[in-house]
Amino acid sequence: MFRHSEIKNFKPQKRTLTTSESASTAGEYPYRLNFYERPPLFEVTVEDFEECAIDRLRILAEIESSYARNRTWEELKEVTGKLCRKYLHLNSNQTAIGHINSQEQRKRDHLGHFVLRLAFCRSEELRRRFVKAETTLFQVRYEEDDSLERIEFVNSLNFGWTKVTSADEKGSLEEELKALQVKQSTSSDNYVKVHWTKVPDLVAKRRVFLRGGFAYVSSQEISSIIFHEFESRLEKALEHTAKMLPRMDEDTRLVPILNNLSQGFLVGIPSEWSSAPSSGDEVRAEMIDDMAKKHFPLCMRNLHECLTRDRHLKHFGRLQYGLFLKVLGLSIDEAIHFWRKSFSNLTDDKFNKEYKYNIRHSYGLEGKRANYPAKSCQQILTTDKPSVGDCHGCPYRHFSPENLQSSLLTHYSSQGLDTTDLHEIMRTVKDGHYHVACTRVFEITHGRKGVKKGDGIGGGESVTHPNQYAARSIEIEKEQSQEGTAMAVVVD
Amino acid sequence: MSDDADTSPEVMLRFYKMLYPFQSIFTWLNHEHTPTKLFTHREFAFTLQGDVYLRYHSFNTAEDLKKQVCTLNPTRFEIGPMYSAKPRDKKTVRSAAFSPQRRELVFDIDMTDYDGVRTCCSAADICSRCWGFIAAAVKVLQSILVEQFGFRHLLWVYSGRRGIHLWISDPEALDLTDDQRRALVSALTVVEGGKEMVKKVNVRTAKGLPPLLWDALDTLRSAFGPLVLDDQDCFSSQEGWETLLQLIPDRPIVEKLRNEWSQDPDRPSAQKWEELKDLIHKKKTDVQSRLKEALEDIVFQYTYPRIDAEVSKHRNHLLKAPFCVHPKTGRVCVPLDPNHIDRFDPRDVPTIGQLLRELNSSTSRGEVAGWEKTSLKPYVDLLDRHTMGILEEVRIMKRNNTTW
Repeated sequence: MFRHSEIKNFKPQKRTLTTSESASTAGEYPYRLNFYERPPLFEVTVEDFEECAIDRLRILAEIESSYARNRTWEELKEVTGKLCRKYLHLNSNQTAIGHINSQEQRKRDHLGHFVLRLAFCRSEELRRRFVKAETTLFQVRYEEDDSLERIEFVNSLNFGWTKVTSADEKGSLEEELKALQVKQSTSSDNYVKVHWTKVPDLVAKRRVFLRGGFAYVSSQEISSIIFHEFESRLEKALEHTAKMLPRMDEDTRLVPILNNLSQGFLVGIPSEWSSAPSSGDEVRAEMIDDMAKKHFPLCMRNLHECLTRDRHLKHFGRLQYGLFLKVLGLSIDEAIHFWRKSFSNLTDDKFNKEYKYNIRHSYGLEGKRANYPAKSCQQILTTDKPSVGDCHGCPYRHFSPENLQSSLLTHYSSQGLDTTDLHEIMRTVKDGHYHVACTRVFEITHGRKGVKKGDGIGGGESVTHPNQYAARSIEIEKEQSQEGTAMAVVVD
Repeated sequence: MSDDADTSPEVMLRFYKMLYPFQSIFTWLNHEHTPTKLFTHREFAFTLQGDVYLRYHSFNTAEDLKKQVCTLNPTRFEIGPMYSAKPRDKKTVRSAAFSPQRRELVFDIDMTDYDGVRTCCSAADICSRCWGFIAAAVKVLQSILVEQFGFRHLLWVYSGRRGIHLWISDPEALDLTDDQRRALVSALTVVEGGKEMVKKVNVRTAKGLPPLLWDALDTLRSAFGPLVLDDQDCFSSQEGWETLLQLIPDRPIVEKLRNEWSQDPDRPSAQKWEELKDLIHKKKTDVQSRLKEALEDIVFQYTYPRIDAEVSKHRNHLLKAPFCVHPKTGRVCVPLDPNHIDRFDPRDVPTIGQLLRELNSSTSRGEVAGWEKTSLKPYVDLLDRHTMGILEEVRIMKRNNTTW
């Protein structure tokens, strides 16, 4: 798929897409759906390169976690559809207001897909997951698509099927074919004949009639062929890409981006959590202990527990917890107060000399005065792995299964998590879906507040950031208390 | 007869040296006369005395295989898929570069899965009577796989004790992905549910029985009477007819029959079946058709092939090679002709002891393979004829692919 010349063309140039350029390619994407047969041959900036991919990755990550959480197809479709509209909307030809607009959307879709191919072709595992998520995305879009446009799209592809036209053939199989029709339909119903290996899922459900290795597929079921074809073509293309990839290793601009993207798939996509919420009540040092027990994700509860117990935290622990508290809304003065109180074994002198600077530094008040964002799940999962004596990291990933279970029970049993939930959580953990496990814990522990399975941290999204977890938990509590007051008023 | 089941290392070694048809097995797996990847990249696994299990062996030629088999003298050996590299080099290639590629589509039917329905013996035992279940299974699978899935090169092999294996060697079958195998197996799986599930057949849709099973139903209907009613007499015991009644979704009929049968429990199964059918015939048409479907499902539940699905689903699954010797029975795992499956009696299969005696007393000399002098010959011939068919097809395919 990826010939060398194409990869060359693919290298982003320091130039932005101009409208004139996109206008000149108008008509290049006649359909909303795309089989991604040809790589994008236009020029893009490094920024566009990354942004298109990240937007797409958000959607794919949500699809993955939907599977891990056993959402039904309808739920998955709804969640995915919502995210698509937010990050990667594609207008149909009919609803497209301006032609250029829809072409631009499709171009982004096209680019994002191919960037992610580069990121996910490098291991069997990543390829498998990418193919599954992409195929699902395609299915969701296919089902949403306008039926007329869908037919045009299907006709534009070549699937190597033969239409069953001869009346003889149809007549002789009439009885069998009738027994399989989904809906009552007329004899003018169309069938196509494909080798059964092209429609394995229909075969598995005994929904097609087979004769001599060929499956007779009614027009209503043709989508199955299309999905399977999408999947198998993508699989092959990814293997080709993987073989070509070594030639890109010299490109210092792209390789880090691609590495980052493929890691992103591990944990979902980081949201931007770099500053304290502007509104809301101020968080004070004394409130932390109480908040930790009510709203913190397991990683932060663990750090808090260690801090209270040992009256100390090692460097990376302070970093992970300190930045989290900063974003939670703890001001610099309160932060110094909090840490001073917590490190109760230290002399003032030692604290001021060795720790105060670091705290002020993390608030951007010393040194290069950078505003450090709090660590996302991805960073916690993949960087600075905890070593002996460290308390930071992600408990779902860095705890032994036994310790994780007992830790979950200690921290969460008061909020409704019990031993029966452990099995499901541990299974997700075993499969490496740490953020899914965390999300599930969120759902369970907020079950009393009306959070249902599959809701995630709102709108079905998974946890990708500890602050997102805490913020949502606090928000839910607020909603509840407001409702509570409203109720009280009514009762009065 | 006692030495028939003798499978001591000395006896096994003589068998491998003098009788085992390595060349025939080679050609069957290889699809050509000169070694291809289908043989050289093929995994062989050996089970040695004391259940030592050696995996990832591979060989360049039939001679190599024979040499190693005679050195290791395994109690049996198994055949796996063709990998992307030679299995014996597994440790030296990157794990990503070592994956199963092509593999015969295989099936395994084991008599133990029929324990719920057979009355003659249980567990590891098999007699000519319970072979009837296997025979029905062979007929059904043969028909579906040939007529509907379009496979042509099916080799049925007796497993040496209580089951049968099927190897499909069509080029298309070798190329099937795991997903496709899984799909095929799930289409063919009809009897489901564990011990605690009474009704094990749930294949009907709103449109009735899927066409995939139409022919199977005809075949099994005619097998049901002789096999389940007459021979096995499945509904003679109280437990037997209680199971039957639990599958009838009609309270009045069930209570009436339960009453009559518990008063006179000795009626043969065939009579009970007739009584049940009579009562159903007296019902109104709409109820009747529902009950008739229940009867069809019972036919499926008692006679439809019970496939060990795991064996067929993955390319990397190993299956015992034909012509191995079953260590407990001493019987050789011989290929069978599906057209004569009814006449097959497991007890007629040559045992290793018998074959070695025949070899000793054979007077014919000259440059013929050992097996040709024994009653193993017809079975090896059967394999060779089967292989000829594969070779012919591969040859034609190659010719069509050559552009001059």
